[in-house]
Amino acid sequence: MAFPSVSLGPPIAKRLSRLEVQIEANRCLNCYDAPCIRACPTSIDVPRFIGRIATGDLLGSAQTIMDANPVGASCARVCPTDQLCEGACVYKADENPIRIGDLQRYATDWAIQTGTTLFAAGPPTGKRVAVVGGGPAGLAAARDLARMGHAVTIFERDPEAGGLDTYGIVPFRLPAEIALWEAEQVRALGVEIRTGVTVGETISADSVLAEYDAVVIAVGMGNVPRLGIEGEDAVGVWDALDFIRIAKMGGDVGRLGEHVAIIGGGNTAIDAATCSRRLGVPSVTMYYRRGAERMTAYGFEIEFAQVEGVEFRTYVLPKRIVVENGRVAGLELISTDPAGSARPLPGTERIVPADTVIAAIGQTRHTSLLDAFGVVHDVNGIAIVDDGMRTNLPNVYAAGDCMFKPGGIDAMVVEAAQRGKVAAQSVDTFLRAEVR
Amino acid sequence: MADLSIDLAGIRSPNPFWLASAPPTNSGYQVMRAFAAGWGGAVWKTLALEPIVNVTSRFGGYNVGAYRMAGMNNIELITDRPLDENLREIAECKAAYPDRAIVVSLMTECTRESWHELIRRCETVPLDGFELNFGCPHGMSERGQGAAVGQDPELIEMVTRWAKEAAHVPVIVKLTPNVTDVRYAARAAAKGGADAISLINTINSLIGVDLDSWLPIPHVDGKSSHGGYCGPAVKPIALNMVGACAKDAQVGIPISGIGGISDWRDAVEFMLMGSTSVQVCTAVMHHGFRIVGDMIDGLNNYLDGRGMASVRDLIGKTVPRFVDWNDLNLDYKIIARIDPESCIRCNKCYIACEDAAHQCIDRPADPKLAPVVDEEHCVGCNLCQMVCPVVDCIEMVRVDAGDTVHTWREKLQSVPL
Repeated sequence: MAFPSVSLGPPIAKRLSRLEVQIEANRCLNCYDAPCIRACPTSIDVPRFIGRIATGDLLGSAQTIMDANPVGASCARVCPTDQLCEGACVYKADENPIRIGDLQRYATDWAIQTGTTLFAAGPPTGKRVAVVGGGPAGLAAARDLARMGHAVTIFERDPEAGGLDTYGIVPFRLPAEIALWEAEQVRALGVEIRTGVTVGETISADSVLAEYDAVVIAVGMGNVPRLGIEGEDAVGVWDALDFIRIAKMGGDVGRLGEHVAIIGGGNTAIDAATCSRRLGVPSVTMYYRRGAERMTAYGFEIEFAQVEGVEFRTYVLPKRIVVENGRVAGLELISTDPAGSARPLPGTERIVPADTVIAAIGQTRHTSLLDAFGVVHDVNGIAIVDDGMRTNLPNVYAAGDCMFKPGGIDAMVVEAAQRGKVAAQSVDTFLRAEVR
Repeated sequence: MADLSIDLAGIRSPNPFWLASAPPTNSGYQVMRAFAAGWGGAVWKTLALEPIVNVTSRFGGYNVGAYRMAGMNNIELITDRPLDENLREIAECKAAYPDRAIVVSLMTECTRESWHELIRRCETVPLDGFELNFGCPHGMSERGQGAAVGQDPELIEMVTRWAKEAAHVPVIVKLTPNVTDVRYAARAAAKGGADAISLINTINSLIGVDLDSWLPIPHVDGKSSHGGYCGPAVKPIALNMVGACAKDAQVGIPISGIGGISDWRDAVEFMLMGSTSVQVCTAVMHHGFRIVGDMIDGLNNYLDGRGMASVRDLIGKTVPRFVDWNDLNLDYKIIARIDPESCIRCNKCYIACEDAAHQCIDRPADPKLAPVVDEEHCVGCNLCQMVCPVVDCIEMVRVDAGDTVHTWREKLQSVPL
């Protein structure tokens, strides 16, 4: 694999020892209609995969996980399990839920380390499906469509598939190898992954529509929007996703200095902050416009950042980036309304030290791509779909991060995977109806 | 502090906890350590006129989930050390711990002379009793000893009589469970003059087969034979056999209970079912001699908590309640009640009842609500309570009037033959 293996220090997740696995797997009660299954967006049969670990059937365990969730290895590392499966575990009331995420990682690690291919393609249907975007939603849709027997092509703009899992999550949370293995599992089903191809630029939406029987639009989100303040174009101002991507690929992020300021309160902001600390920056501060309770980052991510030495300042907005000789030399802040409206309070301006400013205030949307396909979307740029992820066009379906509402907490990898699965099911129904 | 001392057919010990004849009583070094830890007695690993040769490996463990050694078996034989060496160590132990019971397990070929000779030589040192090993199910039984004797009531009676002719201390006969009805063996022992019986010895077993090599477990250079099974998993079998002997009028001699006893609660159960002393092996092999401290304290606290002065007041108290099925009250009716407060919504009770019992637990449409018992159809089988992981969440509640008794025996008697 051409992708460099960068770890940036020890992984967050501790690998379970064999003894821990034995104890933990046997502790599972094997609940009937288990609440952990209901809490998982992809409905992984948790008691089944854990029971299979307990009896030493790691192949069966990994298949159970990955059958329900084609990016189940990544999810074992990035899911907010305390809000999902582990939060629903019947042992949760005693503050001692089964370590489902850790066990899921154990089983999928086995599959990765043994190089096991878990599934086979279905009998060919003769139908061709294009999947635009090779992130979690696209891989999930493609994987299921291939198992249903359709010939699938993924169009991926990046050099590797995996999307945010490959490029946008810090390597000590999710190493790129994991996401790339998931992409390999999809490729092993005969799915063609055409990397370096941007639909709408390299190849037109019309030609995709003409060439394929159905299309799944599974793109993520775009870059971080501009802050809209003075000094934004100075050297040392970063888009958080670019920053994480370069750091994860082992690239050179240049001189970060003594003080890094992160603007934002989501998981990407946390990733940029912890990444900066791991790159050796002594002082990393997150600046957020509302109170800590409004941050969209997961609680465990915030705790992790605190442990890593990241500082938090709330109820502040960046007003101006101080620039000297074309470089960031400081950050002017203004306090916001303590009631939480994020309204700036004039007269509270002050300048804090900053050598690097990293913006993580959300992402733009690929609205023009939807327009190119002729897909109807709302004012936020979110495609309008039915329960089966079908757009206004009978042969075009939409899934992925591009479908999440702004500020929602459902923008999870596991949710993207589920929407990809739903889209695949709808495409299959559509194509089989066409056959008759 | 309750009185924990017991007297089994004249063999006294300061508490009812004895080590069974097994690897933990193989040497004076071990028995000294055991007595230092507080064990009330020890049944010395079976002696013979000549030592035998043992094999490697010898033991196999039966694990249930993450729990190790729920059961174990062994293909080890009796002592592999010379008789005189064992006797010298017995004398040393008795000298150091005169208040503890040392019972010597014996096995030899099935002749009067041989038994007399073995007992005569053993009685050259101080000891408190003999236990005749008529139970060892492996190896020695192929030589006409151990369980080969214990499976034939006539041989039991004959050999017991020979032993009693020679012995000047009480004789316990240790019974094998590898029979159809252990009472026949117990009656034969009593008829032969035994002062007490001890049971159960180990059960014929094969622990498992290795999934990679396909070799039986444990194996000796690629082959295995059946071994003797013991440990917590055999306790219900042992308890039944102890109870069967305790309530049998033709047995009528004291019992030393053996089989999966691991803590003070097991000991109390065996005593309630008729045991005077209890013998322990597997729990010591799992955790060491130190467990006896917890057993003594637990038993004492239990007796104090019930205001009982002596552990001897436990012996046999449950035996009258252990009757034939025909004497059970057909009018008795209980049903399950699920406490929605402590229920954790695992639905184990639901699926157990639905698939394996009587389909009388319902689940509300809202999965956040606890399952509910259909009281009209519940047969009170206990299964839901057994699978429930939460202590006291499912209660079995009596719902009949409690004022009538009808038994199957009555029905049989009311039908003219």
